[in-house]
Amino acid sequence: MTVEIETPARLAPQEDRTAGRWWDNPNVLGVLFMAPAAAILLVFLAYPLALGFWLGLTDASIGDPGRFVGLANFASFAHDAVFWLVVFNTIFYTVVASAIKFGLGLYLALLLDRRLPFKAFVRAIVLLPFVVPTVLSAIAFWWIYDPQFSILSWTLMKAGVISHFIDFLGQPWNARFSVIAANIWRGVPFVAITLLAGLQTIPPSLYEAATLDGASAWQRFRHITFPMLTPIIAVVMTFSVLMTFADFQLIYAITKGGPINATHLMATLSFERAITGGRLGEGAAIADAMAPFLVGAVLFSYFGLQRRRWQHGARD
Amino acid sequence: MAATPEGMEYLERLPRRLVTLYLPLAIMLFVLLFPFYWMGTTSFKPDEELYDYAHFNPFLVVHPTLQHVRKLFFETSYPSWLINTMIVSVASTAISLISSVFAAYAVERLRFTGARYVGLAIFLAYLVPPSILFIPLAAVIFKLGLFDTLWALILTYPTFLVPFCTWLLMGYFRTIPHELEECAMIDGASRLQVLWMITLPLAVPGLISAGIFAFTLSWNEFVYALTFISSSENKTVPVGAITELVEGDVYHWGSLMAAALLGSLPVVVLYSFFVEYYVSSLTGAVKE
Repeated sequence: MTVEIETPARLAPQEDRTAGRWWDNPNVLGVLFMAPAAAILLVFLAYPLALGFWLGLTDASIGDPGRFVGLANFASFAHDAVFWLVVFNTIFYTVVASAIKFGLGLYLALLLDRRLPFKAFVRAIVLLPFVVPTVLSAIAFWWIYDPQFSILSWTLMKAGVISHFIDFLGQPWNARFSVIAANIWRGVPFVAITLLAGLQTIPPSLYEAATLDGASAWQRFRHITFPMLTPIIAVVMTFSVLMTFADFQLIYAITKGGPINATHLMATLSFERAITGGRLGEGAAIADAMAPFLVGAVLFSYFGLQRRRWQHGARD
Repeated sequence: MAATPEGMEYLERLPRRLVTLYLPLAIMLFVLLFPFYWMGTTSFKPDEELYDYAHFNPFLVVHPTLQHVRKLFFETSYPSWLINTMIVSVASTAISLISSVFAAYAVERLRFTGARYVGLAIFLAYLVPPSILFIPLAAVIFKLGLFDTLWALILTYPTFLVPFCTWLLMGYFRTIPHELEECAMIDGASRLQVLWMITLPLAVPGLISAGIFAFTLSWNEFVYALTFISSSENKTVPVGAITELVEGDVYHWGSLMAAALLGSLPVVVLYSFFVEYYVSSLTGAVKE
């Protein structure tokens, strides 16, 4: 009896009090909770991003804030053969490396998705190249590509495939493919493990039904695995393309852009001009020139995510 | 190319599995692991063996030596690079985790006005690569008087860690039932108490995932450390290895490989203890 009477009487003022407490107001509390992250991101991310676009429009150098020169930096690229070579390098590097990473990564993911002894252990090992600091593994590749002591050349010579040591990093095209190989080595585990996570969400009953209907292994892959995997492929490959396009460490560690700029990417060229050469404005302009490609990748990713939402039932 | 689910694999014979599964997998594993093997053997080979393929099989170590490791620790600043990398990674991970917990909770649970857009902005921030930020960021660091200090790294690494951790934790908080928090609030708990006593204890696996991944990301960072640090004793392992150990015409491959091996060890050890957490944060960041 008493309880029945008491409950509404106690609830009402409680409700009022909660609404009045400013520290439980979602908007006030939201601002407070967001403050640390927002402060970091505004000062060290948003502001530098804006500053980068401004610097690209100036002739700033190290120790000199510079003057506004409009689009002069970008105009100078028109006659800059090195710049266009580097744009070509970057696109070539990104397209070739990403395509192979996707192919090998998907293949490896399909292998790892099958019944395997020590599956967890194998998966843990596969991811190692991605876990180890890129620069440190890049130094190992540099050593593997050594002109005099390359273990690859030595093995191929012993096997009788080649007659003299390969000049991996001395010839432009050799160097390009050598750094692409190192990038693929590092990137395949990421693609494979994330696609594997996607593969594991596909219900086995789909395959069983298809097999009963007489579908071949290729047909099962083509009509079940691939369509079910498309959304996650879109996201994974966007990340992969983004990381490859903006790659810096690998090139800096293995070739520093050589020979004769054959492996320079836009990121390494902007470092060379801005930090090594001291021409901040010009370097910033090169970094700015990367933005359109990155925005393209982001839009691609956004629509990839949208499609996933649509497939799995939106939750927002 | 067989996309065979586990349930039907009893239909396959061993020779077929050998050709379609074990052989390609073995080749891939060999290629993925060989650089580590090469790193390891080079680190422990004496110089006489290292540069004499005629008398010694390069794949084997005949007389293992610690001379390269000794050189690294007693003749270079390697120990201080290790300590610097450790300090920077721990500090930036801690800062990022704390601010990300609050940010993720605010976006995911408080649902303040505009939370959706903040969530989207955080995702976009995650996609900004350091290689287009380092030039203006160097100017900012210089203006703040942080150039050539570890603070420059501790404060800039969160620019890529906070978006990542927040994004991951948002996904994690989403899996915790609302009802638990509502129960606590009906019992009179404030939002802060709910976060501290209900949500965080339930989110521990998510916190570990985010922390491990953030730690390895900071350990691996290169561009900022290369740009913002100039004096040898303030460098991190990746930067020190590439800028200080390759001076001159003669590359000391033994100590370079030892530097690479020992510099990778901390993250690999951490990774081996928390593989599941690492993988779940890697895939979680892509899936959500």
